[in-house]
This record gives sequence, structure tokens and C-alpha cells, in this order.
Amino acid sequence: MDKWKDNKAWFLVIPVFILVAFSAIIPLMTVVNYSVQDIFGPDNRLFVGTEWFKEVLSDTRLHDALGRQLLFSGLVLLIEMPLGILIALMMPKKGWASSLSLVLIALPLLIPWNVIGTIWIIFTRPDIGLLGAAINGMGVAFDHTNSAGQAWITLMLMEVWHWTPLVALLAFAGLRSIPEAYFQAAKIDGASTWATFWYIQLPKMRGVLTIALLLRFMDSFLIYAEPFVLTGGGPGNSTTFLSIYLVKIAVGQFDLGPAAAFSLIYNLIVLLFCFSLYQVLLNVGKGEKTS
Amino acid sequence: MARITLDKVAHSYIANPQDETDYALRLIDNIWDDGGAYALLGPSGCGKTTLLNIISGLLAPSDGRVLFDGKDVTNLPPEKRNIAQVFQFPVLYDTMTVFDNLAFPLKNRGFSKEDAKKRVLEVADILDLTDSLYKKAAGLSADAKQKISLGRGLVRRDVAAILFDEPLTVIDPHLKWQLRCKLKEVHEQLKLTLLYVTHDQVEALTFADKVIVMYEGAIVQIGTPQELFENPSHKFVGYFIGSPGMNFLPCKIDGNRAFINGSSIQIDDRTAKLGENIKDNLEIGIRPLYLEVHAEQVENSIPVAVKSIEDQGSYKIATVRLSGNLLRARLHEKSVIPSEQAWVRFPEDWIRLFHNDKLLTLQSND
Repeated sequence: MDKWKDNKAWFLVIPVFILVAFSAIIPLMTVVNYSVQDIFGPDNRLFVGTEWFKEVLSDTRLHDALGRQLLFSGLVLLIEMPLGILIALMMPKKGWASSLSLVLIALPLLIPWNVIGTIWIIFTRPDIGLLGAAINGMGVAFDHTNSAGQAWITLMLMEVWHWTPLVALLAFAGLRSIPEAYFQAAKIDGASTWATFWYIQLPKMRGVLTIALLLRFMDSFLIYAEPFVLTGGGPGNSTTFLSIYLVKIAVGQFDLGPAAAFSLIYNLIVLLFCFSLYQVLLNVGKGEKTS
Repeated sequence: MARITLDKVAHSYIANPQDETDYALRLIDNIWDDGGAYALLGPSGCGKTTLLNIISGLLAPSDGRVLFDGKDVTNLPPEKRNIAQVFQFPVLYDTMTVFDNLAFPLKNRGFSKEDAKKRVLEVADILDLTDSLYKKAAGLSADAKQKISLGRGLVRRDVAAILFDEPLTVIDPHLKWQLRCKLKEVHEQLKLTLLYVTHDQVEALTFADKVIVMYEGAIVQIGTPQELFENPSHKFVGYFIGSPGMNFLPCKIDGNRAFINGSSIQIDDRTAKLGENIKDNLEIGIRPLYLEVHAEQVENSIPVAVKSIEDQGSYKIATVRLSGNLLRARLHEKSVIPSEQAWVRFPEDWIRLFHNDKLLTLQSND
């Protein structure tokens, strides 16, 4: 067959190009543009090359924020993933009880992020908050605005309360999709509950758990509204995570150049982590065993 | 290995069954011999899987008892019954190797590593799985996976019976035959009690010594493939087994002739005696294989209108009309039939009489 000389089919791709350009490429290029210039005013700018990148990469406060961020995401995942799976395993499998528990578990997911922060501020207030007052009533001094450790505990509690349901729902969906025959076969083979979980349920949930893990990693790594509302990044800098620090630079100090360079690095870190996590999970247990 | 006794077993999925239609499994009272190969044959929804699950212990029957070698196992869970089951879709432990899959039931029962290994190697040898023992089970073909499922049953020496729930559904047609031969071979070698559920009559008839035909939650006939073919005890068995199914014609018997809407055919003394006192709901049944179709009139033949002739390759199926009834005949591929009129002959030996859907035999008439 001859090739078409002027293939008009290419015009059909234009709408997608325009859409992607406006939604992703142009904003991204704007950030790239900022990241290589020093902007003094609307008509007053200077090309600085990689200077902002160097500055940002050697910023110790950013290193601290990154460390905190990794610790936070890691801890949150370590708690949320097993807890979510455990909840999914304990949920009723059918009937009205199943529907009811699904709705109840999904409730925290429906609340806007900043409202979550507000709820927890009130909930943990040492004077009038249900939790805060109760803990203080038991003789433990609790005030997350004063103690870095308690601020962390409060934030983690809030994050776990807010997002474990997502993991639980995904895990539940994964569990429900396992054909009954697997459980029947496991029974016949005399498998214990643990063996059934380890050899059937967990491998069969791998797909949804990978998604859950990636979603939870990205979301917790980009966390902003909750610590902003609850602690404002404090006390001190103890809960200043990457995005809070980023906003401080961009909005607080109006250093657009470093903020843009920071954004790009931030973005790359997230991509890198997601890619590696995905690769690891994809290959878990897939290697051919030879002996 | 065990003899399986079903003592007045019935099952309903409804909590308070009111009448017979609420039962997925109506009253079943049966004994299956040790070492036999049985096939449970029936259309979808006839209760065969329910029956299988009752025997394996995945389901507790609403009524009745299940006994293995005289021991009541009705309330024992599957793992205590020493039953193995192969499911419709291959059920494997994906993350394990073939070896670990086969060793899994032994490991769960606390066998030592050496004993387990020895037994797994034996079973792998029987099933031709030795070459892939250390591969991941997940990557194998469907037929190898089904062999592993079967192997997980075979590794246990004390296994009472192996149940198959339509195990060849997902196997490619050309491999079905191979796997079925393997099953027969395993059966002959190990003399296990095998129970095979299927809706495919070819599978049932080639696999089993005895075929149990089920219909609407009840067993309608148990017999060898030959018995089912030649003397179906119920019209349903006549329809369901054979391709095409048995022909049925409403008739009345008078002396040595059966009258079918004006036409009449010659019947032998035995058949005449069976039907002589029955006034209504009497039908003649004849297998398409035995119905003769001739191009010209022969002795005892009656004229019919030829409706169609289908060439099936190695044979032909002729559909003819006899006084308003359609009849099918299975003919030799070389036979020549006129396209409009032909003569059919009912060989007296192959005429069967059915009253109220049930086969009339000399015993049943007593």
C-alpha cells in the first residue's frame, strides 16, 4: 500500500495536544521558566541558570523537611497498610452489615482536608477537646501545640483515621474478588487461617494493594492542608513537611525562583519513589525459583 | 479410599423449605462403591455441584447423613474428611512453585520434609509434572494447572475420594482428551474412588464406569454408559444422552401394532405385553441411531416426509415428519435419501415404551 502524502488524520490529534498543553505542559514549563530566572519585577528579570537548583539542594532546612517527610510517609504507610488489610479481613462479607460497615468506614474519606484539620484541632484541645481533655484528665499532659512528639502523634492519628479507610476499601474489593473455590481448596488442603491469608488472600490482593500503597505514598508525601491547619508546621519546625516549607518560600517570602526549582525537585522525588515502589511490587514473588 | 453412602440426603438453600421445588437437592439415597469411577451428569442447575459439595463437606445437607465406609462424616469439615476436590477453574497457590503446591496439603498435615518430598516426586511422576516441579505454578498452561490441582489431592495417601467439578471446562479441546486419558490412567493405577461432575455427556460416558444422571435435584438413573443409551429409565435421560436425543412418539397399543396418529408400526410380543393395558400418556421411544430410513419401501416400513438432511461429516442426521411428529435418524454418511419422501422402519428390538415419562420394563410392570 502507498503511504498517504498529506495525512489529515493528524489533525484529529490536535484537540488532545491542546488539552495536554494547557493542563500540563504549559504550567510545567512556566515553573521551569521561573526556576532558571531571578525575577525582580514584571519587566525586570535575570537568567541565573542552575543557581536556584544549587541553592535549594544545599538548603539544610529543605533536607530536614525531606527527612521529616520521608519519616512521616514511611510511618503512615507502615500503620495504614496492615491496619487497612486487617479491617478489610474483619468486615462482614455480605448482607446489610456489609453495606453498613462500608458506609461507616468510608465516612472519613468524604470530609474535606481542611475540615479534617479543624475537627482534630477541636478534638485534641487540652481544655475542651474530647480526646485532649480526656488524656489530660487521665493525668498525662497533652498539648500538641507545645510538644513536637505530641504534634507528630496527633498528625499521624489524624492521617491514619482519615486514610486507612481507603486502604481498607481497596483491600476489601480485592478480597471480594477472590473466587470462592480458592477458599474451598484451602480448606480441603487443611490450610490454617494464616496460610490462607499468606498464600491466597495476600497474593490475590497484590494489584489493589499496589494501587493503595502508591496512592497513600503520594498523598502522604504531598500532605499540606492537615498540618497547615492543625499545627501550622510547628511547634518550631517539627511538622514542617515539604509542601509546607515550599509554600513558606513561595508565598511567605515570595522567592519564586527557588520555589520553582524546589517544586521540580519535589516532583522528581515523588516520581522516583513511585516508580521504584511500583517496580519492586511488580516483581515481588515473580522471580523463577531454580534449585 | 472409601465407599460413599448417602443416607436420605436432601438440601435446600432456603431456610424453611416449603415444598419440593424449594430443594436444590431432593431426597437422595445411594451407595457408591470404593474404587469406582462415577460421573454425575446433568444440565446446569440440576443440583450436581450441590451434591458434590455435600460429599466434600463444603456444604452441610439440610437432611440426611453422609457416610464414608460406614462412618458418619456429615458434620465433619472438608479437611477432616480426606477428600480432594478439583475445581472448574485451576486453583493454585500462585506464589509457590509446583513442588510447593503439591507439598502444601502434606505440610499442613505436619508431614516431615523427606516424606513430603518423596510423595510429591511420586505424584509428579504419575502426572508428568517432574520437569516443571521447580517452576512457579502461576506461569503454566491451564492443563498443567489442573494436573497440579489433581496432584494436591493425590499426594495424600489416605484420600477417600477425589471429586471433580467440571475440571475440563477451561482446557483446550485437543488437550481435553489427553487429560481425560490421564485421569483414567490415574484411576486404574491408584484405584481411587472418583466422582466427576459434568454436563458434557461425552466426558461422562468416556470417563466413568457408572454414570449418575441428575435432573431437577434428583437422580433419575444410575447405569453404565450402555445402559443409559439403550434403556434410559426416564425420558430426560433419553433426551440428554445421545446426539441427537431419543425420539418420542405418543402412541396407543393394540395387539402387536402401535398406532401413532393414524400410522401404525409392528411391535414385538414383549413390547405389546408391556403396553397392552395402558390407555394414555404412552410413548414410543427410539434412538436416532437405530431408526432406519430407506429410499424405497421395505418390509414393515411406513412413509414419511423428509424435512432436512444435515451432513455431520462422518454421519448424516435426517429429520423426517411422521403424522405430525418430527423424528431424527442418524445415518451412514454414504446413505442416499430422497429429498421428499422416504420410508422409515422401527427395528422391533430397539423400540422402548414410556409411560408418564418413565421407561416400561418387565419388572416395573409387575
